Amino acid sequence: MIKTDILIIGAGPTGLFAVFEAGLLKLKCHLIDALPQAGGQCSEIYPKKPIYDIPGFPEVLAGDLVTNLMKQIEPFQPGFTLGERADTIEKLDDGSFIVTTEKGTKHHAPIVAIAGGLGSFEPRKPPITNISDFEDNGVEYIIRDPEFYRNKNVIISGGGDSALDWSIFLTDVAKSVTLVHRRNEFRGALDSVEKVQELKNLGKIELITPAEVVGLVGENNLEEVVIKQGAEVFNRECDHFIPLFGLSPKLGPIADWGLEIEKNAIKVDNTLDYQTNIPGIYAIGDVNTYPGKLKLILCGFHEATLMCQSAYQRIFPDKRYVMKYTTVGGVEGFDGSKKEAPKAVIKSID
Amino acid sequence: MKDIKITITDRQGVKHEVDAPTDMNMNLMEIVRSYELAPEGTIGICGGMAMCASCQCYVLSDHQLPEMSYDEDLMLSEAYNVKENSRLGCQIFIKEELDGLEVELAPEV
Repeated sequence: MIKTDILIIGAGPTGLFAVFEAGLLKLKCHLIDALPQAGGQCSEIYPKKPIYDIPGFPEVLAGDLVTNLMKQIEPFQPGFTLGERADTIEKLDDGSFIVTTEKGTKHHAPIVAIAGGLGSFEPRKPPITNISDFEDNGVEYIIRDPEFYRNKNVIISGGGDSALDWSIFLTDVAKSVTLVHRRNEFRGALDSVEKVQELKNLGKIELITPAEVVGLVGENNLEEVVIKQGAEVFNRECDHFIPLFGLSPKLGPIADWGLEIEKNAIKVDNTLDYQTNIPGIYAIGDVNTYPGKLKLILCGFHEATLMCQSAYQRIFPDKRYVMKYTTVGGVEGFDGSKKEAPKAVIKSID
Repeated sequence: MKDIKITITDRQGVKHEVDAPTDMNMNLMEIVRSYELAPEGTIGICGGMAMCASCQCYVLSDHQLPEMSYDEDLMLSEAYNVKENSRLGCQIFIKEELDGLEVELAPEV
């Protein structure tokens, strides 16, 4: 069981900055995120896009913002449970919470701060009517272990980096690799596209473009896919079909935690501390809603800051606390590091 | 500058005729959101960067639309339920010449 002071669900910019603000109050944080890396949408959707409305940064790439936030919170040694989705929450008699991921990892904390953005990222599933019948029986949306495909006939569809990269990788593992894409052009990195071209010329990858997988056939396990290429429709035998069409956020299991939901977001009672209808559970950043809400990173930072003050009061109801500026108090990390303003040099005037 | 009329068929098949301002640099995705014709969180997920296709729509009228950018074209090459008349709403900016535009929102994926 992982124990912490504030359990943050969602490791996007708001969740990451909450670690800093909590750290100033000497509260430990642990973050859970369904993605395998921190940064949320900034890392997953638009790492190379510039952001222009972060105060003090005339221009910053979303990916660089995440790198900077990770550096900023490093002294506070946050814990991470990445690649796992927070699934269930249980409130204990003492008012604290146990949050369990879909892989069974348990986290215990007196405070839960949901900074889940638009939700956890789930693979986009192609609209093929019987696709759910074959999930884990030949259809996989994520490649967990490439060895699983050893000596198998694999059909991948998609036109982005993951479709290209996995097609390349699996040529050394699988018996055959076929890549189906709706266009002749691919959206991935140029060297990946060139590598696929090279493997195609060597006969190691079969490319079927412009085409689409429109049907699945099989008794229990997947046996064939139906491919539509122009006016022509044909079946192709395979052991696995791996559609790789990116990820899309879904509010997911959090919607069933007894929290008030409005417009696909968690309603917070007030804008004083962003607490939800369940005391001890807060919602900050894009995941919350209140009158006048703006889904901006800078608003998430503000919400994270106020949330931490309230969480501190909740954990230590009897302590008196006055907010201290970092210019005055510096930043004292849990790792023993301390950042302070340099002391003034005293020099006498003759 | 005047408002233009746009007819939007929502994902339930209901038609809405709405006024859209031409002087606020708004795009079709934002018009849909401002009239709440699709639930928040199901449209404009990437914010309007042509990176998610959640605002995909079918253009039903024969208006001359601006040409597709490289980004929009590639995003649609990976989206689902794509038809000949598919466009990303976030890439269609409200201009006077689009008065009378008719679109239908593509299904949520």
